[in-house]
Amino acid sequence: MTNKNDTLVKLDNAGVLVNDKWLVRGVSLEIKKGKIITLIGPNGSGKSTTAKITLGLYKNIEGKVEKFTDKIAYVPQKINIDWTLPIRVNDFMNLTSTLKNNDIDSALEITGTPHLKNKDLKSLSGGEFQRVLMARAIAKKPELLVLDEPVQGVDFNGEIALYELIKKISDTLNCGILLISHNLHVVMSKTDHVVCLNGHVCCSGTPIDVANNEKYQELFGKDISKILSVYEHSHDHIHKIDGTIEKKEN
Amino acid sequence: MLDDFFVRALLVGIGMALVTGALGCFVVWRRLSFFGDTLAHSALLGVTLSYTTEINMALSVFVISSIVALILLKLQKKTNLPADALLGLLAHSSLAIGLVVIGLLATIRFDLMGLLFGDILAVNVNDIAVVWIGGAIILIVLKIIWKPLFASTVNYELAEAEGMNPEKYNAIFTILLAAIIAISIKMVGLLLITGMLIIPAAMARNLSDNPNQMVIFSIIGGLLSVIIGLFASLEINTPSGPSIITSGLILFILSLTKIKKKSQLNN
Repeated sequence: MTNKNDTLVKLDNAGVLVNDKWLVRGVSLEIKKGKIITLIGPNGSGKSTTAKITLGLYKNIEGKVEKFTDKIAYVPQKINIDWTLPIRVNDFMNLTSTLKNNDIDSALEITGTPHLKNKDLKSLSGGEFQRVLMARAIAKKPELLVLDEPVQGVDFNGEIALYELIKKISDTLNCGILLISHNLHVVMSKTDHVVCLNGHVCCSGTPIDVANNEKYQELFGKDISKILSVYEHSHDHIHKIDGTIEKKEN
Repeated sequence: MLDDFFVRALLVGIGMALVTGALGCFVVWRRLSFFGDTLAHSALLGVTLSYTTEINMALSVFVISSIVALILLKLQKKTNLPADALLGLLAHSSLAIGLVVIGLLATIRFDLMGLLFGDILAVNVNDIAVVWIGGAIILIVLKIIWKPLFASTVNYELAEAEGMNPEKYNAIFTILLAAIIAISIKMVGLLLITGMLIIPAAMARNLSDNPNQMVIFSIIGGLLSVIIGLFASLEINTPSGPSIITSGLILFILSLTKIKKKSQLNN
Protein backbone atom coordinates (compact mmCIF):
# COMPACT_ATOMS: atom_id res chain seq x y z
CA MET A 1 0.00 0.00 0.00
CA THR A 2 1.05 3.55 -0.54
CA ASN A 3 2.54 5.64 2.11
CA LYS A 4 0.03 7.45 4.30
CA ASN A 5 1.90 10.71 3.65
CA ASP A 6 0.90 10.60 0.02
CA THR A 7 -2.71 11.24 0.89
CA LEU A 8 -3.77 14.81 0.16
CA VAL A 9 -7.40 14.64 1.08
CA LYS A 10 -9.67 11.93 2.36
CA LEU A 11 -13.45 11.83 2.36
CA ASP A 12 -15.03 9.40 4.75
CA ASN A 13 -18.71 8.72 4.20
CA ALA A 14 -19.29 12.37 3.36
CA GLY A 15 -22.66 13.88 2.50
CA VAL A 16 -24.45 17.23 2.31
CA LEU A 17 -28.05 17.92 3.23
CA VAL A 18 -29.49 21.14 1.80
CA ASN A 19 -33.14 22.09 2.34
CA ASP A 20 -33.98 18.55 3.49
CA LYS A 21 -32.51 17.06 0.36
CA TRP A 22 -29.33 15.04 0.22
CA LEU A 23 -27.24 16.45 -2.58
CA VAL A 24 -24.91 13.53 -2.19
CA ARG A 25 -24.36 11.03 0.56
CA GLY A 26 -21.96 8.34 1.65
CA VAL A 27 -19.00 9.34 -0.49
CA SER A 28 -15.65 7.96 0.50
CA LEU A 29 -12.59 8.62 -1.54
CA GLU A 30 -8.96 9.39 -1.18
CA ILE A 31 -6.82 11.60 -3.38
CA LYS A 32 -3.13 10.88 -3.42
CA LYS A 33 -0.11 12.64 -4.83
CA GLY A 34 0.38 12.02 -8.52
CA LYS A 35 -2.97 10.25 -8.90
CA ILE A 36 -5.95 11.26 -10.98
CA ILE A 37 -9.45 10.54 -9.78
CA THR A 38 -12.33 11.07 -12.18
CA LEU A 39 -15.90 11.61 -11.06
CA ILE A 40 -18.65 10.65 -13.49
CA GLY A 41 -22.41 10.50 -13.16
CA PRO A 42 -25.61 12.01 -14.53
CA ASN A 43 -26.71 15.60 -13.96
CA GLY A 44 -27.57 16.25 -10.35
CA SER A 45 -25.73 13.15 -9.20
CA GLY A 46 -23.54 15.18 -6.86
CA LYS A 47 -20.28 15.49 -8.80
CA SER A 48 -19.77 19.19 -8.21
CA THR A 49 -21.05 18.82 -4.67
CA THR A 50 -18.46 16.12 -4.02
CA ALA A 51 -15.77 18.41 -5.39
CA LYS A 52 -16.98 21.21 -3.13
CA ILE A 53 -17.01 18.90 -0.10
CA THR A 54 -13.43 17.98 -0.95
CA LEU A 55 -12.53 21.67 -1.08
CA GLY A 56 -14.23 22.35 2.23
CA LEU A 57 -16.85 24.69 0.78
CA TYR A 58 -19.65 23.19 2.84
CA LYS A 59 -19.73 24.05 6.50
CA ASN A 60 -22.13 21.39 7.70
CA ILE A 61 -21.47 17.99 6.30
CA GLU A 62 -22.14 14.47 7.33
CA GLY A 63 -19.09 12.27 7.60
CA LYS A 64 -15.54 13.49 7.60
CA VAL A 65 -13.13 15.34 5.35
CA GLU A 66 -9.46 15.34 6.18
CA LYS A 67 -7.15 17.65 4.27
CA PHE A 68 -3.41 17.26 4.39
CA THR A 69 -2.45 20.13 2.13
CA ASP A 70 -3.10 23.85 1.80
CA LYS A 71 -1.73 24.14 -1.69
CA ILE A 72 -4.98 23.80 -3.53
CA ALA A 73 -6.08 25.11 -6.89
CA TYR A 74 -9.66 25.01 -8.07
CA VAL A 75 -11.08 25.35 -11.55
CA PRO A 76 -14.81 25.76 -10.99
CA GLN A 77 -17.48 24.73 -13.44
CA LYS A 78 -19.00 28.17 -13.56
CA ILE A 79 -17.54 31.39 -12.37
CA ASN A 80 -19.32 34.69 -12.12
CA ILE A 81 -17.03 37.67 -12.12
CA ASP A 82 -18.66 40.96 -11.37
CA TRP A 83 -17.85 43.25 -14.26
CA THR A 84 -17.80 46.33 -12.06
CA LEU A 85 -14.28 45.13 -11.32
CA PRO A 86 -11.53 46.26 -13.65
CA ILE A 87 -9.30 43.22 -13.70
CA ARG A 88 -6.78 41.94 -16.19
CA VAL A 89 -5.73 38.35 -16.74
CA ASN A 90 -2.45 39.08 -14.96
CA ASP A 91 -4.29 40.38 -11.86
CA PHE A 92 -6.54 37.33 -11.94
CA MET A 93 -3.55 34.97 -12.07
CA ASN A 94 -2.30 36.48 -8.82
CA LEU A 95 -5.70 36.34 -7.17
CA THR A 96 -5.14 33.93 -4.31
CA SER A 97 -1.36 33.86 -4.18
CA THR A 98 1.51 35.97 -5.36
CA LEU A 99 3.07 34.19 -8.29
CA LYS A 100 6.40 34.61 -10.00
CA ASN A 101 6.16 36.28 -13.35
CA ASN A 102 7.96 33.31 -14.94
CA ASP A 103 5.36 30.89 -13.60
CA ILE A 104 2.55 33.05 -14.93
CA ASP A 105 4.15 33.30 -18.35
CA SER A 106 4.85 29.61 -18.67
CA ALA A 107 1.36 28.65 -17.48
CA LEU A 108 -0.19 31.00 -20.03
CA GLU A 109 2.17 29.54 -22.61
CA ILE A 110 1.10 25.94 -21.87
CA THR A 111 -2.57 26.81 -22.16
CA GLY A 112 -1.99 28.79 -25.33
CA THR A 113 -2.98 32.14 -23.89
CA PRO A 114 0.19 34.25 -23.50
CA HIS A 115 -1.27 36.99 -25.70
CA LEU A 116 -4.10 37.50 -23.21
CA LYS A 117 -1.90 38.45 -20.25
CA ASN A 118 -2.77 42.13 -20.19
CA LYS A 119 -6.28 41.80 -21.55
CA ASP A 120 -9.28 42.77 -19.49
CA LEU A 121 -10.89 39.62 -18.12
CA LYS A 122 -14.29 40.60 -19.42
CA SER A 123 -13.03 40.81 -22.98
CA LEU A 124 -12.27 37.07 -23.08
CA SER A 125 -14.45 34.53 -24.81
CA GLY A 126 -15.82 31.56 -22.86
CA GLY A 127 -13.15 29.20 -24.16
CA GLU A 128 -10.34 31.69 -23.54
CA PHE A 129 -11.57 32.22 -20.00
CA GLN A 130 -11.63 28.46 -19.41
CA ARG A 131 -7.98 28.30 -20.49
CA VAL A 132 -7.04 31.22 -18.25
CA LEU A 133 -8.73 29.50 -15.31
CA MET A 134 -6.64 26.44 -16.09
CA ALA A 135 -3.47 28.52 -16.43
CA ARG A 136 -4.10 30.13 -13.06
CA ALA A 137 -4.44 26.73 -11.44
CA ILE A 138 -1.23 25.46 -13.05
CA ALA A 139 0.78 28.56 -12.18
CA LYS A 140 -0.08 28.05 -8.53
CA LYS A 141 1.78 24.72 -8.63
CA PRO A 142 -0.75 23.10 -6.32
CA GLU A 143 -0.50 19.79 -4.55
CA LEU A 144 -4.21 19.23 -5.04
CA LEU A 145 -5.94 20.31 -8.21
CA VAL A 146 -9.72 20.16 -8.49
CA LEU A 147 -11.08 20.49 -12.01
CA ASP A 148 -14.83 20.76 -12.41
CA GLU A 149 -15.64 19.98 -16.03
CA PRO A 150 -12.60 21.72 -17.46
CA VAL A 151 -13.32 20.60 -21.00
CA GLN A 152 -16.86 21.90 -20.99
CA GLY A 153 -17.51 24.02 -24.04
CA VAL A 154 -14.19 23.09 -25.57
CA ASP A 155 -14.29 21.59 -29.04
CA PHE A 156 -13.30 17.99 -29.59
CA ASN A 157 -9.67 18.56 -30.52
CA GLY A 158 -9.34 21.06 -27.73
CA GLU A 159 -10.73 18.40 -25.41
CA ILE A 160 -7.99 15.96 -26.29
CA ALA A 161 -5.38 18.68 -25.92
CA LEU A 162 -6.80 19.51 -22.50
CA TYR A 163 -6.66 15.89 -21.38
CA GLU A 164 -3.07 15.77 -22.53
CA LEU A 165 -2.42 18.94 -20.61
CA ILE A 166 -3.95 17.45 -17.46
CA LYS A 167 -1.73 14.43 -17.81
CA LYS A 168 1.27 16.69 -18.24
CA ILE A 169 0.34 18.65 -15.10
CA SER A 170 -0.02 15.44 -13.18
CA ASP A 171 3.40 14.25 -14.37
CA THR A 172 5.34 17.46 -13.84
CA LEU A 173 3.78 18.71 -10.62
CA ASN A 174 3.11 15.27 -9.17
CA CYS A 175 -0.09 16.68 -7.72
CA GLY A 176 -3.30 14.86 -6.95
CA ILE A 177 -6.09 15.66 -9.38
CA LEU A 178 -9.82 15.40 -8.87
CA LEU A 179 -11.39 15.65 -12.29
CA ILE A 180 -15.09 15.93 -12.97
CA SER A 181 -15.98 14.68 -16.38
CA HIS A 182 -18.86 16.28 -18.23
CA ASN A 183 -19.14 13.18 -20.30
CA LEU A 184 -20.60 10.08 -18.70
CA HIS A 185 -18.76 7.70 -20.91
CA VAL A 186 -15.41 9.24 -21.39
CA VAL A 187 -12.61 9.30 -18.92
CA MET A 188 -9.03 10.00 -19.73
CA SER A 189 -6.67 7.09 -19.98
CA LYS A 190 -4.40 8.19 -17.21
CA THR A 191 -7.21 8.11 -14.68
CA ASP A 192 -6.18 5.93 -11.79
CA HIS A 193 -9.58 5.69 -10.21
CA VAL A 194 -13.10 6.36 -11.41
CA VAL A 195 -15.96 7.13 -9.06
CA CYS A 196 -19.40 6.88 -10.55
CA LEU A 197 -21.93 8.92 -8.62
CA ASN A 198 -25.68 8.91 -8.57
CA GLY A 199 -26.51 10.70 -5.33
CA HIS A 200 -24.26 8.10 -3.72
CA VAL A 201 -21.27 6.14 -4.91
CA CYS A 202 -22.74 3.85 -7.51
CA CYS A 203 -19.48 2.09 -8.17
CA SER A 204 -15.81 2.86 -8.28
CA GLY A 205 -12.51 1.39 -9.39
CA THR A 206 -10.24 1.50 -12.37
CA PRO A 207 -11.87 2.67 -15.62
CA ILE A 208 -12.14 -0.92 -16.84
CA ASP A 209 -13.65 -2.10 -13.55
CA VAL A 210 -16.29 0.59 -13.70
CA ALA A 211 -17.11 -0.08 -17.33
CA ASN A 212 -17.71 -3.70 -16.53
CA ASN A 213 -19.57 -2.99 -13.33
CA GLU A 214 -23.20 -4.11 -13.32
CA LYS A 215 -24.42 -1.04 -11.48
CA TYR A 216 -22.76 1.23 -14.00
CA GLN A 217 -24.37 -0.70 -16.82
CA GLU A 218 -27.69 -0.50 -15.02
CA LEU A 219 -27.41 3.23 -14.54
CA PHE A 220 -26.57 4.08 -18.10
CA GLY A 221 -27.97 1.14 -20.00
CA LYS A 222 -25.98 -1.79 -21.23
CA ASP A 223 -25.48 -0.58 -24.76
CA ILE A 224 -24.31 2.87 -23.90
CA SER A 225 -22.18 1.79 -21.01
CA LYS A 226 -20.06 -0.28 -23.33
CA ILE A 227 -18.46 2.82 -24.68
CA LEU A 228 -16.67 3.93 -21.58
CA SER A 229 -13.88 4.92 -23.87
CA VAL A 230 -10.55 5.98 -22.78
CA TYR A 231 -8.41 8.74 -24.19
CA GLU A 232 -4.96 7.49 -24.80
CA HIS A 233 -2.77 10.54 -24.93
CA SER A 234 -0.16 8.98 -27.18
CA HIS A 235 -2.63 7.46 -29.58
CA ASP A 236 -2.51 8.46 -33.17
CA HIS A 237 -6.17 7.55 -33.50
CA ILE A 238 -9.52 8.32 -31.90
CA HIS A 239 -11.98 5.84 -30.51
CA LYS A 240 -15.29 6.87 -31.94
CA ILE A 241 -18.64 6.56 -30.23
CA ASP A 242 -19.69 3.61 -32.38
CA GLY A 243 -16.53 1.74 -31.53
CA THR A 244 -14.72 2.33 -34.76
CA ILE A 245 -11.31 3.83 -34.88
CA GLU A 246 -10.44 6.95 -36.76
CA LYS A 247 -7.01 8.15 -37.70
CA LYS A 248 -6.15 11.37 -35.91
CA GLU A 249 -5.30 14.31 -38.09
CA ASN A 250 -2.31 16.34 -37.25
CA MET B 1 -2.47 77.35 11.45
CA LEU B 2 -4.96 74.94 13.05
CA ASP B 3 -6.74 77.99 14.43
CA ASP B 4 -8.19 78.60 11.04
CA PHE B 5 -11.51 76.77 10.56
CA PHE B 6 -10.85 76.39 6.85
CA VAL B 7 -7.49 74.71 7.35
CA ARG B 8 -9.05 72.34 9.88
CA ALA B 9 -11.82 71.51 7.42
CA LEU B 10 -9.27 70.84 4.66
CA LEU B 11 -7.21 68.57 6.91
CA VAL B 12 -10.22 66.56 8.00
CA GLY B 13 -11.58 66.36 4.47
CA ILE B 14 -8.27 65.16 3.05
CA GLY B 15 -7.91 62.52 5.76
CA MET B 16 -11.42 61.32 5.08
CA ALA B 17 -11.01 61.23 1.29
CA LEU B 18 -7.88 59.07 1.55
CA VAL B 19 -9.92 56.39 3.31
CA THR B 20 -13.25 56.67 1.47
CA GLY B 21 -11.43 56.56 -1.85
CA ALA B 22 -9.92 53.17 -1.06
CA LEU B 23 -12.88 51.63 0.76
CA GLY B 24 -15.28 53.05 -1.83
CA CYS B 25 -13.77 50.85 -4.56
CA PHE B 26 -14.71 47.76 -2.57
CA VAL B 27 -18.17 49.21 -1.93
CA VAL B 28 -18.66 49.57 -5.68
CA TRP B 29 -17.09 46.20 -6.55
CA ARG B 30 -19.15 44.35 -3.97
CA ARG B 31 -22.36 46.24 -4.78
CA LEU B 32 -22.61 47.49 -1.25
CA SER B 33 -23.85 51.02 -1.94
CA PHE B 34 -27.17 50.40 -0.25
CA PHE B 35 -25.40 48.63 2.59
CA GLY B 36 -23.33 51.77 3.20
CA ASP B 37 -26.57 53.74 3.28
CA THR B 38 -28.04 51.38 5.84
CA LEU B 39 -25.03 51.74 8.10
CA ALA B 40 -25.19 55.51 7.73
CA HIS B 41 -28.90 55.60 8.61
CA SER B 42 -28.30 53.49 11.67
CA ALA B 43 -25.68 56.06 12.67
CA LEU B 44 -28.46 58.37 13.82
CA LEU B 45 -29.19 55.91 16.58
CA GLY B 46 -25.52 55.97 17.50
CA VAL B 47 -25.57 59.76 17.64
CA THR B 48 -28.54 59.83 20.01
CA LEU B 49 -26.81 57.20 22.12
CA SER B 50 -23.79 59.45 22.41
CA TYR B 51 -25.99 62.38 23.48
CA THR B 52 -27.69 60.36 26.22
CA THR B 53 -24.63 58.57 27.56
CA GLU B 54 -22.00 61.18 26.75
CA ILE B 55 -19.83 58.60 25.02
CA ASN B 56 -17.68 59.91 22.17
CA MET B 57 -19.91 60.22 19.11
CA ALA B 58 -17.59 58.41 16.69
CA LEU B 59 -17.34 55.52 19.11
CA SER B 60 -21.06 55.15 19.68
CA VAL B 61 -21.81 55.40 15.96
CA PHE B 62 -19.17 52.78 15.28
CA VAL B 63 -20.66 50.42 17.85
CA ILE B 64 -24.25 50.83 16.61
CA SER B 65 -23.25 50.51 12.93
CA SER B 66 -21.24 47.38 13.65
CA ILE B 67 -24.17 45.85 15.54
CA VAL B 68 -26.54 46.63 12.66
CA ALA B 69 -24.06 45.09 10.22
CA LEU B 70 -23.83 41.93 12.30
CA ILE B 71 -27.63 41.71 12.61
CA LEU B 72 -27.81 41.97 8.84
CA LEU B 73 -25.34 39.11 8.37
CA LYS B 74 -27.41 36.96 10.78
CA LEU B 75 -30.72 37.84 9.13
CA GLN B 76 -29.31 37.01 5.70
CA LYS B 77 -28.56 33.50 6.89
CA LYS B 78 -31.81 33.00 8.79
CA THR B 79 -34.45 34.41 6.46
CA ASN B 80 -35.41 33.99 2.84
CA LEU B 81 -35.73 37.72 2.28
CA PRO B 82 -33.56 39.29 -0.39
CA ALA B 83 -30.65 41.42 0.79
CA ASP B 84 -32.13 44.72 -0.40
CA ALA B 85 -35.34 44.15 1.58
CA LEU B 86 -33.35 43.38 4.72
CA LEU B 87 -31.21 46.45 4.18
CA GLY B 88 -34.28 48.63 3.78
CA LEU B 89 -35.80 47.12 6.88
CA LEU B 90 -32.72 47.82 8.95
CA ALA B 91 -32.03 51.26 7.46
CA HIS B 92 -35.46 52.66 8.05
CA SER B 93 -36.17 51.03 11.37
CA SER B 94 -32.87 52.17 12.87
CA LEU B 95 -33.46 55.67 11.47
CA ALA B 96 -36.97 55.64 12.95
CA ILE B 97 -35.78 54.40 16.34
CA GLY B 98 -33.14 57.12 16.32
CA LEU B 99 -35.79 59.78 15.67
CA VAL B 100 -38.10 58.31 18.33
CA VAL B 101 -35.30 58.45 20.87
CA ILE B 102 -34.60 62.07 19.91
CA GLY B 103 -38.28 62.79 20.52
CA LEU B 104 -38.13 61.19 23.94
CA LEU B 105 -35.15 63.33 24.84
CA ALA B 106 -37.08 66.53 24.32
CA THR B 107 -34.82 68.31 26.77
CA ILE B 108 -31.78 67.81 24.60
CA ARG B 109 -31.66 69.97 21.50
CA PHE B 110 -29.30 69.24 18.74
CA ASP B 111 -28.76 70.21 15.18
CA LEU B 112 -30.58 67.65 13.03
CA MET B 113 -29.55 69.36 9.81
CA GLY B 114 -25.92 69.17 10.88
CA LEU B 115 -26.40 65.48 11.52
CA LEU B 116 -27.98 64.79 8.15
CA PHE B 117 -25.61 66.87 6.06
CA GLY B 118 -22.61 67.34 8.32
CA ASP B 119 -20.68 70.46 9.10
CA ILE B 120 -17.07 70.12 8.11
CA LEU B 121 -16.41 73.79 8.89
CA ALA B 122 -17.21 73.19 12.56
CA VAL B 123 -14.57 70.50 13.19
CA ASN B 124 -12.07 70.96 16.00
CA VAL B 125 -8.52 69.73 16.50
CA ASN B 126 -9.87 66.67 18.25
CA ASP B 127 -11.86 65.72 15.14
CA ILE B 128 -8.72 66.02 13.03
CA ALA B 129 -6.97 63.58 15.33
CA VAL B 130 -9.90 61.13 15.19
CA VAL B 131 -10.02 61.22 11.39
CA TRP B 132 -6.27 60.88 10.86
CA ILE B 133 -5.60 58.23 13.50
CA GLY B 134 -8.80 56.31 12.76
CA GLY B 135 -8.20 56.67 9.04
CA ALA B 136 -4.61 55.44 9.33
CA ILE B 137 -5.78 52.36 11.22
CA ILE B 138 -8.47 51.62 8.62
CA LEU B 139 -5.99 51.95 5.75
CA ILE B 140 -3.40 49.77 7.46
CA VAL B 141 -5.98 47.04 8.12
CA LEU B 142 -7.21 47.34 4.54
CA LYS B 143 -3.67 46.96 3.25
CA ILE B 144 -3.19 43.84 5.37
CA ILE B 145 -6.41 42.16 4.28
CA TRP B 146 -6.25 43.42 0.71
CA LYS B 147 -5.35 40.15 -0.98
CA PRO B 148 -7.94 37.83 0.62
CA LEU B 149 -10.59 40.55 0.54
CA PHE B 150 -9.97 41.21 -3.13
CA ALA B 151 -9.97 37.49 -3.93
CA SER B 152 -13.28 36.96 -2.16
CA THR B 153 -14.69 40.01 -3.93
CA VAL B 154 -13.79 38.55 -7.30
CA ASN B 155 -15.13 35.11 -6.48
CA TYR B 156 -16.20 33.87 -3.08
CA GLU B 157 -16.00 30.13 -3.80
CA LEU B 158 -12.64 30.31 -5.48
CA ALA B 159 -11.25 32.26 -2.54
CA GLU B 160 -12.72 29.84 -0.06
CA ALA B 161 -11.57 26.74 -1.97
CA GLU B 162 -8.03 28.05 -2.06
CA GLY B 163 -7.95 28.78 1.65
CA MET B 164 -8.51 32.53 1.80
CA ASN B 165 -11.28 32.45 4.41
CA PRO B 166 -13.59 34.98 2.75
CA GLU B 167 -16.19 34.99 5.54
CA LYS B 168 -13.68 36.39 8.00
CA TYR B 169 -12.43 39.09 5.65
CA ASN B 170 -15.92 40.12 4.63
CA ALA B 171 -16.73 40.66 8.28
CA ILE B 172 -13.56 42.70 8.81
CA PHE B 173 -14.39 44.81 5.78
CA THR B 174 -17.88 45.46 7.15
CA ILE B 175 -16.34 46.71 10.37
CA LEU B 176 -13.97 48.98 8.44
CA LEU B 177 -16.98 50.41 6.67
CA ALA B 178 -18.76 51.04 9.96
CA ALA B 179 -15.58 52.71 11.21
CA ILE B 180 -15.21 55.16 8.33
CA ILE B 181 -18.88 56.08 8.61
CA ALA B 182 -18.41 56.67 12.32
CA ILE B 183 -15.43 58.95 11.93
CA SER B 184 -16.76 60.95 9.02
CA ILE B 185 -20.42 61.40 9.96
CA LYS B 186 -19.77 64.74 11.59
CA MET B 187 -18.11 66.08 8.45
CA VAL B 188 -20.48 65.11 5.65
CA GLY B 189 -23.51 63.83 7.55
CA LEU B 190 -25.34 60.57 7.35
CA LEU B 191 -27.11 61.33 4.07
CA LEU B 192 -23.95 62.16 2.17
CA ILE B 193 -21.32 59.76 3.50
CA THR B 194 -22.25 57.02 1.01
CA GLY B 195 -21.72 59.61 -1.72
CA MET B 196 -18.13 60.06 -0.59
CA LEU B 197 -17.68 56.29 -0.82
CA ILE B 198 -19.32 55.72 -4.17
CA ILE B 199 -18.86 58.79 -6.37
CA PRO B 200 -15.01 58.93 -6.47
CA ALA B 201 -14.88 55.15 -6.96
CA ALA B 202 -17.44 55.32 -9.76
CA MET B 203 -15.42 58.04 -11.41
CA ALA B 204 -12.25 55.98 -11.05
CA ARG B 205 -13.93 52.94 -12.64
CA ASN B 206 -14.42 54.94 -15.81
CA LEU B 207 -10.73 55.69 -16.01
CA SER B 208 -9.03 52.46 -14.95
CA ASP B 209 -8.35 49.00 -16.27
CA ASN B 210 -6.94 47.36 -13.17
CA PRO B 211 -7.84 47.32 -9.47
CA ASN B 212 -4.81 49.18 -8.07
CA GLN B 213 -5.18 51.94 -10.60
CA MET B 214 -8.85 52.31 -9.69
CA VAL B 215 -8.02 52.71 -6.01
CA ILE B 216 -5.43 55.41 -6.77
CA PHE B 217 -7.79 57.31 -9.09
CA SER B 218 -10.57 56.98 -6.55
CA ILE B 219 -8.42 58.49 -3.80
CA ILE B 220 -7.31 61.32 -6.11
CA GLY B 221 -10.95 61.91 -7.08
CA GLY B 222 -11.97 62.07 -3.43
CA LEU B 223 -9.16 64.51 -2.61
CA LEU B 224 -10.06 66.77 -5.53
CA SER B 225 -13.74 66.70 -4.52
CA VAL B 226 -12.85 67.80 -0.99
CA ILE B 227 -10.49 70.56 -2.09
CA ILE B 228 -12.67 71.91 -4.90
CA GLY B 229 -15.84 71.57 -2.82
CA LEU B 230 -14.40 73.37 0.18
CA PHE B 231 -12.96 76.24 -1.83
CA ALA B 232 -16.22 76.56 -3.74
CA SER B 233 -18.21 76.66 -0.54
CA LEU B 234 -15.88 79.39 0.73
CA GLU B 235 -16.09 81.43 -2.46
CA ILE B 236 -19.77 81.17 -3.26
CA ASN B 237 -21.02 80.51 0.24
CA THR B 238 -22.66 77.13 -0.35
CA PRO B 239 -23.04 74.36 2.29
CA SER B 240 -19.70 72.54 2.48
CA GLY B 241 -20.73 68.83 2.62
CA PRO B 242 -23.08 69.05 -0.36
CA SER B 243 -20.47 71.13 -2.24
CA ILE B 244 -17.93 68.34 -1.81
CA ILE B 245 -20.37 65.75 -3.14
CA THR B 246 -21.35 68.02 -6.03
CA SER B 247 -17.68 68.45 -6.97
CA GLY B 248 -17.37 64.68 -6.97
CA LEU B 249 -20.33 64.44 -9.29
CA ILE B 250 -18.78 66.96 -11.67
CA LEU B 251 -15.56 64.90 -11.73
CA PHE B 252 -17.64 61.80 -12.43
CA ILE B 253 -19.37 63.52 -15.36
CA LEU B 254 -15.99 64.59 -16.72
CA SER B 255 -14.76 61.00 -16.43
CA LEU B 256 -17.66 59.88 -18.64
CA THR B 257 -16.11 61.73 -21.57
CA LYS B 258 -13.01 59.57 -21.10
CA ILE B 259 -14.87 56.27 -21.50
CA LYS B 260 -16.74 57.70 -24.43
CA LYS B 261 -13.46 58.30 -26.23
CA LYS B 262 -12.33 54.78 -25.38
CA SER B 263 -15.37 53.09 -26.83
CA GLN B 264 -15.16 55.21 -29.97
CA LEU B 265 -11.61 54.01 -30.44
CA ASN B 266 -12.71 50.44 -30.01
CA ASN B 267 -15.45 50.67 -32.60
